[in-house]
Amino acid sequence: MSLITTLARLEAVDTGRAQPLATVRHRHLSERPLVFVPLTTAGEAGAPLGALVGTDRDAPRLLVVPQPRDRDLRFTFLAELADVVLPYVDAYGDAVEAAERSETDPETGKRVKVEVELCADAPQLIVPSRAGIDFVRLLGRSMRFRRTAEQDPETPHPAPPRVPLLGRWLTHFGERARVPGSALLLALTDVLSRHWATGQSSLEDQHLGALLAWIAPPEGEPGAEAALRAELQRDAKGQLLCPPAGPATDPAFDNKLLAPAIERYDRARTALGAAEDGLEADDRLGELTAAEQHIRDLVESRTRPTWDAVWRGLDLLRGLPEGAHAADRWTRDRWSFTGHRDGVLAGEPPQPRRDDAVTAANKLATREREQARLEAQEALDDPLVMAGRRLAGEAFAGEVTDVVMAYSESKRPSPRPLVTIRTDDRPHLGERAKVYRSLGGKPQSAEFVEYVEREDGDGDGDGDGDRVRGRGEDGGADAGTDADEAAAGLSVVLRIVDKMGRGKEPEPGSVPEKGDQICFTLFEHEQRGGAKLPDPEETPWTHGGPPTESTEAAEATGATGRTGAAAAALPEPDPVTEEDLL
Amino acid sequence: MNKATLASALGSPSAFGQSQFAFMRGNAFEARVKADGGAELLRLVHERLDPGAVPPQGAAVPDLTAVGPEGRAARTALALREATEAGAWTLLDHPLLALDVAGSPAFLEPDAVVVHPDGSWTVVEIKSFPMLDGSADAAKVGAAARQAAVYVLALEQVANRLGADRLGADRVVAEPQGRAQISNVRHRILLVCPKDFSNLPAASAVDVRKQRSVTRRQLDRLTRIEDIADSLPDGTCFAPDLPAADLTAAVESVPATYAPECLATCELAFHCRARSRADGAVTSLGRSLRAELGGLTTVDDVLAAARGTTGDPTDPAVAALRRAAELRAEALGSRSPGHDRSLDHKGTPCP
Repeated sequence: MSLITTLARLEAVDTGRAQPLATVRHRHLSERPLVFVPLTTAGEAGAPLGALVGTDRDAPRLLVVPQPRDRDLRFTFLAELADVVLPYVDAYGDAVEAAERSETDPETGKRVKVEVELCADAPQLIVPSRAGIDFVRLLGRSMRFRRTAEQDPETPHPAPPRVPLLGRWLTHFGERARVPGSALLLALTDVLSRHWATGQSSLEDQHLGALLAWIAPPEGEPGAEAALRAELQRDAKGQLLCPPAGPATDPAFDNKLLAPAIERYDRARTALGAAEDGLEADDRLGELTAAEQHIRDLVESRTRPTWDAVWRGLDLLRGLPEGAHAADRWTRDRWSFTGHRDGVLAGEPPQPRRDDAVTAANKLATREREQARLEAQEALDDPLVMAGRRLAGEAFAGEVTDVVMAYSESKRPSPRPLVTIRTDDRPHLGERAKVYRSLGGKPQSAEFVEYVEREDGDGDGDGDGDRVRGRGEDGGADAGTDADEAAAGLSVVLRIVDKMGRGKEPEPGSVPEKGDQICFTLFEHEQRGGAKLPDPEETPWTHGGPPTESTEAAEATGATGRTGAAAAALPEPDPVTEEDLL
Repeated sequence: MNKATLASALGSPSAFGQSQFAFMRGNAFEARVKADGGAELLRLVHERLDPGAVPPQGAAVPDLTAVGPEGRAARTALALREATEAGAWTLLDHPLLALDVAGSPAFLEPDAVVVHPDGSWTVVEIKSFPMLDGSADAAKVGAAARQAAVYVLALEQVANRLGADRLGADRVVAEPQGRAQISNVRHRILLVCPKDFSNLPAASAVDVRKQRSVTRRQLDRLTRIEDIADSLPDGTCFAPDLPAADLTAAVESVPATYAPECLATCELAFHCRARSRADGAVTSLGRSLRAELGGLTTVDDVLAAARGTTGDPTDPAVAALRRAAELRAEALGSRSPGHDRSLDHKGTPCP
């Protein structure tokens, strides 16, 4: 955490309200996000208890599994979830625009431009907290290897038709959420705490209710008190007034309310099964329906507060203007969405259980590149983020005090103007270090020449005062280690090296002028891709060699003890046990 | 002393609890793993840890019931010795081990301990979080490894005592630092979890040497409980039925350093947090904050230093704070009311 963030947290403690960490919104928010508030059964893997899901804040769809241990009821839940999520996702797959992508021509090996489709917009899934993202991944993993009766008539417990597809999409959303700066699947607590610093620790910020209490406390109440209430206050029955955002439920809820309700449901179901005639069955069906309704009410009572909180959080975020580069990152999300849509349409198999070496390396490289991109873009979009980079010596801002025209010493001299900038920042500049500034959205680079001692209080110094500081590293003294020196300030001389056109005279506007306020960064604005990795078939032996069919098949045979022609086309489903006690 | 009751009496009840669903699932899974005389469990131990040994067939499962924790611990030690001497696969279901913590014995109950035919011992930890495609949640595995490391330490103490009985006291004293190294406790424990989304067991060997040495160092460094008791004023009492004010004073007399991590582990964390916040300690916002703030430990001190009202400007922490405050104000100041940032900064997003 940078010192600026720390300071913001302390100010939040002092003022009783969250303090801004950003002046713009650094994530794209869809016009019509799909909010998903899931609950899970404690202690079980992939046994959902219920969820609220939908795009309309006033009309969420409530999905409930009255007995989470019953496989059929879980399948019903997943099928209903698929009925909500898949039409939403498909709606974005239809509207496309033409785009270009460079691909390697398989015959000539050259990079050529090909015309491809790019979805005009992409779906966006919002979950309350980080645990929700993990749950989306988990749900995806639990569904994508399921077989439907159509795929394999002999499968012991066939899944409803669209469930495996939903699993693939949720896996894709979960995988994409690991890419820094992506917005296909967002955890609201993460996004909110990116934009506001509260007066509590980042651990406590993961509680959505407490986080919102700090950002928008009720009238006249300090954030700390409101947050404490959100965290701990219980009603007369010992239930939390602000239930956890899930997917885990509060143990007190499980033990006191949910367990008796599920027991009642089980009893009603057994009684219905034992009913001897129609009249009796009718009565008992009524009891079963009532028991189920009771569980539905319970689940709704735990998810609805979170649902409303999520929309409140989205409102707060919408209050911030979107950062200039957020759209650029959203375009990458659209590419990712389009890519998976094409994969599904082309009949590709579901994502494998484990990535092969090349895919894994590619994913890691992407995440690293996107992290660097995100950090650079956030700083460029937001002076408050840039302030953090300036404090860290990774950027500096100031006023241009002098511009001297100079030329390179080649046959065709090109402009290499020397620009002197007066700054209070302490950049860590090495000899001939490259620095960048944003010029019309494109980075212009410059080279560090030297530090110049600034003349006292002289606003329009001629730029060549006593050059006592010399060149290079000594100027990179830690910011703030010497307060006297910091007060005196420094001027930095830079040589602009590009983006000035081809002529002898630089193009108008491409060289800073005296009196301009400008900001240079030590980090690059745009990220280059790394070296290309070999195709999976060319994986070197050092990395396990090319992926073979046999390893996958052998694993599958070992696990389930059955092979078949159908098994070759699809990855093996997970082994299922006969009785369904999880 | 029951810290949860104490926390409730102090007015900051702990929020711990286990859902009966998780509890039932954990028990059901454990019973399944240990079913049939532990056949499946021993097969996993053999496969993962000791494939060279003879395959287990119908292992001995000694009865470990006895009266009181001391009795059960003694019974466990006896069973361990017998099993080691017998040289056959033995499963100890829920043994009870005594571990010396800060001078007072603590009783621990691992899920199971397996004695191998070569006389070595393995701790088995059965957890109900899933192992998905061969990997489980790293945080949960870490917690299980730390837990198992404590059992390994306790088993080593048992081994030491048994060794002392067997070999006479001379040999134990002859060891450096008076700590006999008896190596029949294996440092790789067996973690058993449900496989994927099923209730079939999957097992993995986890090396707990690191956690074991960390725990041992921490146990060695713990202030002995008598020393803490001596430092308390006479008449300090933690009985939950005392008036809240007296109780608070009593708890205050024991020094505690709250950090947000405490919330995950300690029943008294909400109490300590309230005190820490009331004192304005910066640590209540996270341990990492302390590192940057030098000698400034309270919120008021830090803010006063940042605003320039107090603090020594030659102190690097104070100077950095002032610079941070200046930069922050500058960045936020440019956002004056009625000033449309998104337009103003098009092209040159930074000032």
